Amino acid sequence: MAKDKDVRFSKFGTVSFTGVTQVNDFIDYLEQGKIMGTVCKDCGQKFFPPRAQCYKSLSSNMDWFEVTGKGKLVSFSTLRYGPTGFTDELPYTIALVDYGDYKVFGRIDPAVSNPDDSLKVGMEMAAKPAKTSNGQLTYVFQPA
Amino acid sequence: MSRVAVIGVGQSTFVRSYPGSIRELAFEAYSEAMKDANIQNSDVDATVMCSAPEYDKQRSPAGVVAEYLGLNPQPTFYVETLCSSSSTGLKLAYSLVASGLHDCVMVLGFQIMSQLTSNESQERMGRGADIQWESTFGTMMPAYYALHAQAHFARYGTKPEDLANIRVKSATYGVLNDRAVYRKPVAHEDFLDPQKMGGPVASPLRVGDCCANADGSSCIIVANEEKAKRFCKKPVWILGVGAASASVNMVGRESLSGLAVGIEAGKQAYKMAGITPKHIDVAEVHDCFTIAEMMAIENLGFAEAGGGPELVRAKETYKEGSIPVNIDGGLLSKGHPIGATGGSQVRTIVRQLRDEADNIQVKDPMFGLVHNIGGVGLYGSVTIFGRE
Repeated sequence: MAKDKDVRFSKFGTVSFTGVTQVNDFIDYLEQGKIMGTVCKDCGQKFFPPRAQCYKSLSSNMDWFEVTGKGKLVSFSTLRYGPTGFTDELPYTIALVDYGDYKVFGRIDPAVSNPDDSLKVGMEMAAKPAKTSNGQLTYVFQPA
Repeated sequence: MSRVAVIGVGQSTFVRSYPGSIRELAFEAYSEAMKDANIQNSDVDATVMCSAPEYDKQRSPAGVVAEYLGLNPQPTFYVETLCSSSSTGLKLAYSLVASGLHDCVMVLGFQIMSQLTSNESQERMGRGADIQWESTFGTMMPAYYALHAQAHFARYGTKPEDLANIRVKSATYGVLNDRAVYRKPVAHEDFLDPQKMGGPVASPLRVGDCCANADGSSCIIVANEEKAKRFCKKPVWILGVGAASASVNMVGRESLSGLAVGIEAGKQAYKMAGITPKHIDVAEVHDCFTIAEMMAIENLGFAEAGGGPELVRAKETYKEGSIPVNIDGGLLSKGHPIGATGGSQVRTIVRQLRDEADNIQVKDPMFGLVHNIGGVGLYGSVTIFGRE
C-alpha cells in the first residue's frame, strides 16, 4: 500500500493551494503557537517564509528560528473585492512587515478596527498565530 | 549580429467578451500584421505564441494557433511571463533573428479572459504570485499594486488625486482609440462617485485606478536587415532589449515604492540602444493600474523617484508634453488581455515611428519605448525602438 502523503501544509490559509512541502513542520509549530522561519546552518542566511534549501550554501542543512518581537509596517491594503474562495471574508487587510533580517507577509488581525485610518506605514507591528474564519491555521499582525 | 526590425504590426479590437475561440481571435491580429508587412506565410520562419495559462482550457495553444493560421511546418513554441508574455516573445524573436538562425519571426499574443468570472480571474491572477505563502491570504493584482500605492503615498506624499490624473489623461486618448474597451471620458468628479470611478477596490486604489480584463490579440513580425529592407518601406529598428526578474513574494522586495525590474530592464535597454531617457519621444508603459504608470514614469527616468506626480500634474505625459506616455489610452482604456498586451504597446510605438498614428501622432519621433511588466513586478521588459 502506498504510504500516506504528508499534506500538513493544506491546513495553512483560508484556501490552501499547496499540500506537500519539505517545511511542513511550520504547521506543527504554528499549532504550538509559534511562527517559524529557517536559518541556514552553513551561511547563517535567515529565510521567512521558511525554506528547506539554501541556494547560497547549496545545502539542506537548516535550523528553525522563531519570528519574535516587532517589525515595521512596510505597507498595507484593505480589500473590498476579493478572489474566488475569499469573498466571504471581505473586507480584509493584507500587509508586509519588515523585521530587519527578513520580512513577513500576511493579514492584519480582523479585530483591528478601521485599519485604513488606524494603521500608518512605519508603525511597529507584531505577528501572532491565529485561525482563519473557516478554522484553518494562519497568523495575523497587530499593532505592537 | 544582424540588425532586427519590426516589419508588421496588428491587433484585434480589445473587447470585454470576444464571440469566438482563441484561434479565431489570434487570426484578427495575425491578418492585420500580415497585410501590414505584405508578406506570405512562407516568408515566416518561426512563430512565438504568447499568453498566460489557465484563462481558457486549451493546453499547449501554440500548435493549435499555428495550424489554424497555416503556419506549419515552421517551428512554434509557447512563451509565458504573465502580463509581459508578448514582450518576452519579442525578445526571443529578436534573439532568433539577431543570431542568424531565422530571417523572419512572428510573435503572436492572445488572451481570452471572459470565460471566467471577474472573481475567478482574480483568483488566477492571485495564483500568479506565491501560491504557498501569499495567494493563500486572498491576494489579487489590485491589492498588490495597492501595497505599492500605499508605499508611494507614504514615501513621497502622493495623493489619490495624483493617480486620478493618470486615469483622466488615459481616458482623453481612450476616447480616440477604436480598438479600446473603455472609450468614455473620465473627469475628476467621477472619482468622487462610489458608483463610478470612486468605488473602493483595494485601498487606496479605486475602480478608476484599475484597468479592465479584456479579450484580445496582437501580432508583431520581425525580420533581419536584408529582409526588412526588401519587405518594408518603413522598418522600425529594435535598438535595445532589456529584461529582468524579481522575487515573486513581496518579502523579497527592497522597496514597494517602485518596481526594481522596471529600473533594471530600462537600464539594459538604454545602454544597448546607447541613449538616455531624455531621448525618448514617445512611450508605452505598463499601466494595469494608475500607480503602475506612476512608478514606470519614475523607474524609466522620465522623472526622478517621487517626481512622477508633478510631471503628470504638469501634463508633460500628454501628447503635447515633453514625454507623451500611453497616448493610445494605455491599458486603463484599452483593457488588458494579458498575453496580447505587450504586442499592442509595440504596435502603437511602431505606428508612431512610422508617422502613421493618425490623431495621436506625436511630432517627428525618433525613439520610442515599450515598458511591459509581468505579475506584480515579477518580470520586467523594456524595448527601445528607432526609425531610420
